[in-house]
Amino acid sequence: MSINWFKYASPATFYPLAGKLIPLFYALAAILTVVGLYISFFVAPTDATQGEAYRIIFIHVPAAWMSMFIYLLMAMWAGLGLVLNTRLSSIMAQALAPTGAMFTFVALITGAFWGKPTWGTWWEWDARMTSELILLFLYIGYMSLTAAIDDVRRADKAGAILALVGAVNVPIIYFSVKWWNTLHQGASVSLTRAPSMAKTMLLGMLIMALAAWMYSIAVALSRARLLMLEREKSTAWAQEVLEQKS
Amino acid sequence: MLTTIIRRDLLLAYRRRSDVLTTLFFFVIVVSLFPLGVGPEMKTLRLIAPGVVWVAALLASMLSLNRLFAADYQDGTLEQMLLAPQPLALIVLGKIVAHWLVSGLPLALMAPVLGMQFDLPPAALGILFLALLLGTPILSLIGAIGAALTLGLRGGGVLLSLLVLPLYIPALIFGAGAVEAYSAGLSPEGHLSLLGALLILTGLAAPWVTAFALRIAME
Amino acid sequence: MLEAAHLTCQRGERSLFTNLSFTLGAGELLQVAGPNGSGKTSLLKLLCGLSPPVAGEIRWQGAPARGEDFRRQLFYLGHQHAVKEELSALENLHISAELAGEPLTDVEALDALARIGLAGREHLPAKVLSQGQKRRVALARLLVSKAPLWILDEPLTALDVAAVDLIQSRLAEHLANQGMVVLTTHQALQVPGVTPCRIELD
Repeated sequence: MSINWFKYASPATFYPLAGKLIPLFYALAAILTVVGLYISFFVAPTDATQGEAYRIIFIHVPAAWMSMFIYLLMAMWAGLGLVLNTRLSSIMAQALAPTGAMFTFVALITGAFWGKPTWGTWWEWDARMTSELILLFLYIGYMSLTAAIDDVRRADKAGAILALVGAVNVPIIYFSVKWWNTLHQGASVSLTRAPSMAKTMLLGMLIMALAAWMYSIAVALSRARLLMLEREKSTAWAQEVLEQKS
Repeated sequence: MLTTIIRRDLLLAYRRRSDVLTTLFFFVIVVSLFPLGVGPEMKTLRLIAPGVVWVAALLASMLSLNRLFAADYQDGTLEQMLLAPQPLALIVLGKIVAHWLVSGLPLALMAPVLGMQFDLPPAALGILFLALLLGTPILSLIGAIGAALTLGLRGGGVLLSLLVLPLYIPALIFGAGAVEAYSAGLSPEGHLSLLGALLILTGLAAPWVTAFALRIAME
Repeated sequence: MLEAAHLTCQRGERSLFTNLSFTLGAGELLQVAGPNGSGKTSLLKLLCGLSPPVAGEIRWQGAPARGEDFRRQLFYLGHQHAVKEELSALENLHISAELAGEPLTDVEALDALARIGLAGREHLPAKVLSQGQKRRVALARLLVSKAPLWILDEPLTALDVAAVDLIQSRLAEHLANQGMVVLTTHQALQVPGVTPCRIELD
């Protein structure tokens, strides 16, 4: 039996389907966040060397993971849109970008809050933090480019090229930043190299990461729905949706 | 074909010499501003020299990128290039080479003179020159992608810098790092080979990506 | 033979034309007419392959009109002159001919410029030429192009009567040699011995 995946890529099918799925993902995100935060704050043991301050990694690490995953995911959707010329893929890429940028920003901020009590400075030019900052620049570039182009088709394709060029560059940038960091003998303490991580810590982090996934999916889907409605406002199905709403 | 395009763009640049000089003067001025901002202490200046020269080269090369396709776009020549029976990537490569000869190579040639202002020893000046010689073509190659993506957009210049500068970072790190490694008593060979590898990689990929982006921009 | 089948073209949200089909055989001239903004230039760009149609297909000699082989047989004169202000008329002609894969000798190039009425101005930079003269620099390629398919966007604007006559007789010659022409023009077109087909866009 073969499933016609392109059927789900058609806006008229996707729009109501996504509408049904969004509340589900939001609910999952909420539940997982509560559970994750409970583990993070009440179950996970106090760290021997860093005390309570380390608990920020339960937000920092999942956010950092997400920021990178989402960039790759975005580049993948964009590339798919470029190759297959499917509208939904390009919309998904653009719907993911702000969420990815948000997680990158969160990772940077929480990194700074963790850095202050741990190293005594808000900002440390260590390889991961620096790469994260550059990743934020890449997100900003992608969003600015797609926003600056009025023609939707050109915006999709130009954005896709930039996302793919960026995705190829991410490992190169990471490698070069690491190289740079060792040359300058910068901070060797890495945020994710938490000493002897307890099992409950890992569990908390994983649950928080899962919550972040659910949240990302929900937000990206609702953004994709809006983008879709905006682009297809002249088509029959969009007219129907708009009439029902008004 | 390649030589036709290079010759044409060089001829055009020669007829508009002032544009070329503007880029070079910008480079000189930005580098000269740093001692004024940081203070004239030679020990500090020697330390920051490679980074300052490289960042200034990045900015100067980026400023000239706007012109890479804009003139051809406005007068319709770009349409003719897209319709030429040769691969567009080859034409693009020609334009990139010409852009580098006009706005990258002069920076590399000028850099040792500026390095002297920062009291770099002669050997470090040589490495600075070599690193820029390898690195500035990378800037032109990556920049061409950005220039093609932002072609004809309002606010294209600022947008271009937003897209291109983060992608310049590896070149900056290896380029400036080569000189710093030498100053720290290490061999700059590793940095220079990585810069060379980066040049080969971008040299192979960037013309195609740029050609693709140009076709999209012209639709 | 140039075939267009069920072409649809959109600019932004607006649909310019839908389901446009025609065939153009050897020795035929197609005039695309219509008011400003009706999609004349867009249609020509579609035919050249500069932009893809939203729907439909364009075929050249039975194969999709794409790729280097198709472009070798195409001469396109765009809305803009593609004339560089800093280069002389002669340099402009040389470079555009080379770009199109039909390089010219100095003698051929000078002869073409003389015929189009730029004798004595071959070495002047294009920026000192008048609008009509710049147009002539671009049109000089028309006198020497051997490509069978010509796609011309407003070739007659900004030209005086003598130049219009020259272009029209050149078109007639090209068609007599089994060439094909697609053009847009606001002026009345009189190509000796040819009845143009017309497409009216609205």
